Amino acid sequence: MFEFKHLTIILGHYGCGKTNLSLNIALDIARRGNKVTVADLDVVNPYFRTGDYREMLEKEGIKVVAPIFVSTNLDNPSLPAAMEDIFQPKDEYVVVDVGGDDAGAVALGRYARKINEYKDKDIFYVVNKFRSLTSTPQDAAQILREIELASRIRANAVVNNSHLQQLTAAEDIYSSLDYAKKTAEILNLPLAFTTAESKIIDGLDLDSVYEIQRIVKPPF
Amino acid sequence: MGERFLMKGNEALAEAAIQAGCRHFFGYPITPQTELAAYMSKKMPKVGGTYLQAESELAAANMVLGCASAGCRAMTSSSSPGISLKTEAISYMAGSDVPALIINVQRGGPGLGGIQPSQADYWQATKATGHGDFQILVFAPATVQEMVNLVGKAFDLGDKYRMPAMILADGMLGQMMEPVEIPDGSSSAPCEKPWATNGHQNKREHNIINSLYLTPQALEKLVRERFERYEIIKKNEQMAEEYLTDDADIIVVAYGASARVSHSAVDSARQQGIKAGLIRPITLWPFPTDTLKKAAQHAKAFLSVEMSMGQMVDDVRLAIDCSRPVEFYGRTGGMIPTPEEILQQIIKLGGEK
Repeated sequence: MFEFKHLTIILGHYGCGKTNLSLNIALDIARRGNKVTVADLDVVNPYFRTGDYREMLEKEGIKVVAPIFVSTNLDNPSLPAAMEDIFQPKDEYVVVDVGGDDAGAVALGRYARKINEYKDKDIFYVVNKFRSLTSTPQDAAQILREIELASRIRANAVVNNSHLQQLTAAEDIYSSLDYAKKTAEILNLPLAFTTAESKIIDGLDLDSVYEIQRIVKPPF
Repeated sequence: MGERFLMKGNEALAEAAIQAGCRHFFGYPITPQTELAAYMSKKMPKVGGTYLQAESELAAANMVLGCASAGCRAMTSSSSPGISLKTEAISYMAGSDVPALIINVQRGGPGLGGIQPSQADYWQATKATGHGDFQILVFAPATVQEMVNLVGKAFDLGDKYRMPAMILADGMLGQMMEPVEIPDGSSSAPCEKPWATNGHQNKREHNIINSLYLTPQALEKLVRERFERYEIIKKNEQMAEEYLTDDADIIVVAYGASARVSHSAVDSARQQGIKAGLIRPITLWPFPTDTLKKAAQHAKAFLSVEMSMGQMVDDVRLAIDCSRPVEFYGRTGGMIPTPEEILQQIIKLGGEK
């Protein structure tokens, strides 16, 4: 069981699975009996975002802080005042889903000072070998450098979220391990864990694997 | 490439165009299509191509006209309001017999409408993508993989018939991710274009690309010739996918994202013992009339499902000469019908158990 810190920030390339991972981590922490707030800090992506799952999260007792206009037709990069409070250390857990690439991470820069002062935190850089623009460790490392430059915060671990949606097989996960290790090596960061869907996790022989479910998907 | 990757529809459209030999992209950003332009801006410089963000949609489309006139594979992409702005240039392309690819990742309209997915530009794509007597080829992918496959096809057929081709997608397909395989050089090599204005080297007469004709007789003759070509296309290029239609009483007709939802609804109907099937037009122009006519011989009723107030439904009625009842179900404004809603419509149409 992975021990999450009070503040978990999820960074990564577009479509690497940040939102799905954020939802899974928030649900996991909540089901362990903790108070959790999940913050949708994505001001770039119009569809498939944490804010879209508000109802499901609130049923689980999870608080959602999202841009006011999320899931509407207003393509407006504004953040609510409540976002400020998210980065105030307290006895609750916070999971922050950041927008993709450097463009999405710009919004995080607004809170950089507070985040850098926050002690009990993990800043994960999520990678997926099967995303076409981050399929080599060099490309994946480059994107984190751009994100760090735009957000003025540094990641402290890599998460291997390599998958091909419902087609992911055990061998895909195995084939991603070397890629994830090399990415972490280039970035001089530890590899926190590798994710795998519940249906294939039993067959996996891995040291640090984190079970997730596929929550983010189209409506058919 | 050649391996399997997870791609957003918008990115897959861009990569497929590059693999099809397109090296010239002219665009202007608009949600929910922007990832396509963003991908091109990253990738085109690496393959020696041109990515150009124009000052407006109309400018971008006119750059495509100029570039394609010189014989290059050129393209532009946008979403609904942006396509409206491009239609003047698309009409000029059709009037100049210039092939090019236009991608529409549809969103809710009319006007600025919204940024959620829609299929309300069917009429615009198939009936009037600008002024004048003309048609363009219109392809409607339903999966990210099919987006890849149809981009190459659209370029090839556009070149073959010397006319603009459109991929009519929607925000859902553009934004969703699916595993795809992009074969290297996915379409045939760009064909010879003896009409192109690419320098005569004193070896031939100079070529002219033009849509202005000084006598009505000349213009009528040319438009008539173009429409003879359209008849050949209607005969040879119709594409549709049939799912469980052989014994179907109720046939749902849907394309793109609404076909994905309808597919689930047909499965649910079958589980209840209702003989439902699905015809999914892949070319919207030419409309797959032959497939529908054949199905009308045994089906009792048709149900057109669209993310609009009902546009393709007219073509379904025309295709079967109104020989069977054709009903419509749709959501609009950025809403997506659910499989349950469609199932209810199938039941209402009297799907017998």
